[in-house]
Amino acid sequence: MAFENLTGRFQMALRRLTGKSRLTENDIDEMMREVRLSLLEADVNYKVVKEFTDEVKALAYGEKILKGLNPGQQVVKIVNDELTKLMGEKAEELNLSEDLTVILMVGLQGAGKTTTAGKLANYIRKNNGKKPLLVAADIYRPAAIEQLQTVGKQLDIEVFEMGTAKPETIVKQALDYARKNLFDLVIIDTAGRLHIDETMMEEIKNIAKITNPEEILLTVDAMTGQDAVNVAETFNAALKLTGCILTKLDGDTRGGAALSIRKVTGVPIKFAGTGEKLHEIEVFHPERMASRILGMGDVLSLIEKATEEIDEAEAMSMMEKMMSGNFNYNDMLKQMRMIKRMGKFSGILKMLPGMGQMADMDKIDDKQLIYIEAIISSMTKQERKDPELLNRSSSRRNRVASGSGRSTTEVNRIISMLDKQAKMMRRMAGMNPSNVENMQENLAQGTLQPRLSRAERRKKKH
Amino acid sequence: MGLFSKLFSSKEKRAKAEKFKIGMMKTRNQALSSLKDILEKSKTIDEDLFSKLEEIFIMADIGVDTVVEFIENIRQVVKTNKVEKPIDLENIIVDQMFELYLKNEIINTNIRYNKTGLTVILFVGVNGTGKTTSIGKLAYKIKNEGKTVMMAAGDTFRAGAINQLKVFGERVGVEVVAKEAGSDPSSVIFDAIKQAKEKQIDVLLIDTAGRLQNKKNLMMELDKINRIIRRETNNDTFETYLVIDATTGQNGLSQAQIFSEVTDITGIILTKLDGTAKGGIVLAIRNKLGIPISFVGLGEKLTDLEYFDIEDYIYGLFSDFFE
Repeated sequence: MAFENLTGRFQMALRRLTGKSRLTENDIDEMMREVRLSLLEADVNYKVVKEFTDEVKALAYGEKILKGLNPGQQVVKIVNDELTKLMGEKAEELNLSEDLTVILMVGLQGAGKTTTAGKLANYIRKNNGKKPLLVAADIYRPAAIEQLQTVGKQLDIEVFEMGTAKPETIVKQALDYARKNLFDLVIIDTAGRLHIDETMMEEIKNIAKITNPEEILLTVDAMTGQDAVNVAETFNAALKLTGCILTKLDGDTRGGAALSIRKVTGVPIKFAGTGEKLHEIEVFHPERMASRILGMGDVLSLIEKATEEIDEAEAMSMMEKMMSGNFNYNDMLKQMRMIKRMGKFSGILKMLPGMGQMADMDKIDDKQLIYIEAIISSMTKQERKDPELLNRSSSRRNRVASGSGRSTTEVNRIISMLDKQAKMMRRMAGMNPSNVENMQENLAQGTLQPRLSRAERRKKKH
Repeated sequence: MGLFSKLFSSKEKRAKAEKFKIGMMKTRNQALSSLKDILEKSKTIDEDLFSKLEEIFIMADIGVDTVVEFIENIRQVVKTNKVEKPIDLENIIVDQMFELYLKNEIINTNIRYNKTGLTVILFVGVNGTGKTTSIGKLAYKIKNEGKTVMMAAGDTFRAGAINQLKVFGERVGVEVVAKEAGSDPSSVIFDAIKQAKEKQIDVLLIDTAGRLQNKKNLMMELDKINRIIRRETNNDTFETYLVIDATTGQNGLSQAQIFSEVTDITGIILTKLDGTAKGGIVLAIRNKLGIPISFVGLGEKLTDLEYFDIEDYIYGLFSDFFE
């Protein structure tokens, strides 16, 4: 829906900004407008977005533009880096003590506390070898106790309940029971409550006082909108939260609430609920969430690949080789392998601005890369070095075809491909002889324009 | 105060809206109460003022696209009517909000009862929005209107869901048709419709399991439920309510869109409006998909379900203009 528009607008902005070496205020403003909308559409709190974009703007100004990126992409890179930093760079561990550990689950109605309590008990039992006890302290919602009991039965975990006795009494007794029966993990499921309900907030404060938990975890629905900040702030002020669990992350929400909560309260998100089954809980990976919230996945993966996967020196020597015109099959093979390393070929092409529309490119599917490799591998060393050998001899071509298991037509196509590439490279080299670097950038951005023919130049003069 | 006081001048109207206001009280106090401040403190209508307005509406979860459209409409009115004083924007904002919701249509969100037999009402939505609780509340409401009601425990997946509905059944004094956990929801619904017909029940309320809209299999299950109801009632017009949590952000739009591809959503129940969330996403849903809001949940008691009324809703948001 809205997201498609966004990608479109974003592409436009990218296309307008090319060929600079440092980020100007203009570049940053232009991209920041898109980033801002993207974050708002992901439900990041308005105030958080404002603060965040202001901070990034200040940071990005004057920043050097990395090779292989254009200013727009560079801004997105900075935004994503900062977002990752803000979300926390690595997964946060649970605070589990040697002996009895108490975990208190709190949150609004319908966030998924009961299910998550079960999932968490199972997870810790499996990964830390603890013996968990679930405590049913939601005495208000009809059948809440039974829900926890069913979850407990499914996981084979004992559930402590006292019907609708006062929650304060329940938790006190539960802790005694746990100590007597050698449980070393107690997870307390509490009633869903509105953060503005004073009586209910008083109750949860009492429960926290009585149980003195190692972890107080706020369960938050990943689909929460602007209000996430209010909820997290109020719960945090009342209880000093030690962490958050983001539930229903298997939906199609972008989950901007995670960023809002993290930025406003500083509370780390520790787990994510990723499905309805009781083993579907994961340690939360903040760096993955950053790009989900930003919602510019295509661009981000391109940036990542452009900056990491291509060895710059290798690319450079390839470029020189190509432009010298002595482009042979060894070089072609290297080139293919480079592309292969970057990932799915057609995917890469689509990510390059402007390349997506090139109909021709679609015909080169990923399998083709494998075939080309097979064909080149069937050539002798001399044939690879000297393309002329194959050009001249049809028996050599036939041998390569049967050796690689491909048809002669395909072999011929590779031969003409090499020829075309070599020619194109020679032409391009003539276009801008002064600046090899520039050429590389142009290639990466797909904005390469072949040099005008002599006839065209003459026309232009008149 | 112009339009606003005109709208809420009648006493009974205000008394009715008052209940809304109580539910939305915290909502107003948190952020939207500043609307009056902003208008009073601004000297001219300029970009700065518009961006402050934008902030207010985005904070209400109305969503970027709809807010941009909304602000653009206000700009147009300001331009054509040569409005100069910020405080005059008040009426324009309220007016445009009505327009955004009503879209020049007369919206009738009353339950369309089947005059010749059983009326079926299906409840759908993602997990944890309050479907089961809303059914309990609606059962109470309909029963008090003098109709006979039955409930079907179509959520056979979530632990405790069946019993939760049974508890509501007892509280309201309404029969609940249920099978054991894990059975096929369609078969529960089939049985319930049959029993409701035999017992000449007026209204059957059907609970379903929460499902995230991007889960293909669960949406197919819903499609099957839909077919069963159609077939067994020989009646294409039954109500299907999508239950949406007021704290939901932009995902609400995706929920409304994808659910309505599978079932014909006839209305929305906006739950948990008694918190600090404003539930503005329903305005975006109405604006983009045309689906109206039928009911709002304003608390945990059985009586805390009200027919949605756009006047009350706006009153709840802006009533500090009166005080």
